[in-house]
Amino acid sequence: MAAEEKKEFWRWQENCWLDETKDWKSAKIITAGIDVGSVSSQAVICVDGELFGYNSMRTGNNSPDSATNAINGILDKAGMKLTDVTYVIGTGYGRVNVPFAHKAITEIACHARGANYMGGSKVRTILDMGGQDCKAIHCDEKGKVTNFLMNDKCAAGTGRGMEVIADLMQIPIAELGPRSFDVDVEPEAVSSTCVVFAKSEALGLLKAGYTKNKVIAAYCQAMAERVVSLIERIGVEDGFFITGGIAKNPGVVKRIEKLLGTKAVETKIDSQIAGALGAALFGYTLMAKQAATAKAAA
Amino acid sequence: MITAGIDMGSRTVKVVFLEELNVEGAPQLKWGVKGKHMMFPNELDMDEAADKALADGLAEAGLTRDQVKHIVATGAGAKQVRFADAYVTEVSAGARGAVFMCPAAQTVVDVGAEEGRGLKANAQGKVVDFAGNEKCAAGAGAFAESMARALQLSLKEFGEASLRSDRVIPMNAQCTVFAESEVVSLIHSATPKEDIAKSVLDAVASRVCAMVRRVGIEGEVILIGGMVNNPGFVRSLKDALGVDHVNLPDMPEYVSALGAALIATEGNA
Repeated sequence: MAAEEKKEFWRWQENCWLDETKDWKSAKIITAGIDVGSVSSQAVICVDGELFGYNSMRTGNNSPDSATNAINGILDKAGMKLTDVTYVIGTGYGRVNVPFAHKAITEIACHARGANYMGGSKVRTILDMGGQDCKAIHCDEKGKVTNFLMNDKCAAGTGRGMEVIADLMQIPIAELGPRSFDVDVEPEAVSSTCVVFAKSEALGLLKAGYTKNKVIAAYCQAMAERVVSLIERIGVEDGFFITGGIAKNPGVVKRIEKLLGTKAVETKIDSQIAGALGAALFGYTLMAKQAATAKAAA
Repeated sequence: MITAGIDMGSRTVKVVFLEELNVEGAPQLKWGVKGKHMMFPNELDMDEAADKALADGLAEAGLTRDQVKHIVATGAGAKQVRFADAYVTEVSAGARGAVFMCPAAQTVVDVGAEEGRGLKANAQGKVVDFAGNEKCAAGAGAFAESMARALQLSLKEFGEASLRSDRVIPMNAQCTVFAESEVVSLIHSATPKEDIAKSVLDAVASRVCAMVRRVGIEGEVILIGGMVNNPGFVRSLKDALGVDHVNLPDMPEYVSALGAALIATEGNA
């Protein structure tokens, strides 16, 4: 009997990228940032304060292994060893469990710093839509946090909620966004907040004759409304930027932009690495300062 | 006279028929249950499910539609009951039914598939105050249901398994979706199913207890709704509330339908 393979519709693309134009051997300061999140883990390597490469993967059963796997992926690709990296900073909910990190910094600070690099100094409001939480962050032109608000108690408005819907609809998660625009009329948002209730509601909508795409549209709209209500509690300033996995879902992003009446700042860099990138950049600043002090002393 | 109450819950439809007994000198026994019927709507639309539940219930009780003088609907899908003469909230129906079942009860804990709430009722079964889970599945049967699925146990096995454990493992997650990941990691770390089941039911009980405490515990406590059938939850609830005894009605799923039928007899809806 042929084993029936269970399709995992929630599973998103893992990603490992390297900037081939840069040569790490000639760099003065090499730093790494490791973001161990509840759902995904990222490792970023920066050479002299510039993004050099990253690896983004699913968080495994424990934080130390996830951190090690993430960094090994990019080190291998770059032909580097861990000892080539001068300084490592951990961030994310598993930040204290990164065995090779020299320091840990909260993901709020790191996301703001990373977003500042990715979207430029005009970024003032950051919406981070992570796997198990959602944060609205205000920062200054240097990427320093001035205010923030977060929801980490409830799956509504998080990537995990979107994964549940992908599984329910039996549609790969990356297709949800584009499909949500393929509807005759834009439906009302799913009214349930709780993902468990939204699931029953979605099934009811299918029964009532909604197409899958229309149900997805209704859910994307619900998620957009949910995060907009969070972000409006601290207000939106110009220079709006979205990080985290959901930033890759146009079905949610476009609807957030419509609700807020503003367009998000665009970037070519993977939105999921903002935290790890920020951590690597903090490491660079720290090392550069130390080098300058040492030079002044000598 | 015969009346009916129909409870359109999120998972099941319940219907109860009451008949006037005329027992002299015992006003409490003025009404008796003539028949009851419960069904899963499955593929049916809510309004069709209501029609079918009534028809099947009438047939089982040996009644005709004409004999039923007044019908009151309640539950999440109450408005879908086309043949109802009146509608009452789940809260009113639950309180009325619970106090009928257990006249000494003033504190009613109602935990169904998608709702959990604590309410305070007076001696007539009128609601004095209540607090519910509203938008969140934590503190409702759905939470336990989804964890039982993760453990690959039926709800019955799940409840029984928890009774075999005395361990306290606090759940960090409040959200059902996040708690499911937590249960999966407990399974990975080879925690016995019994201990996980207890941990989950403790978590539901603690959420429900928070709602009950908001209205305050007074008089006897009665638990109604489908979770009455889960002995593990009943134990966790007793522990969480810090009470020795929780009254359990004979036909827990029907309490709200019964309450609606009682309200139909009183003409208060």
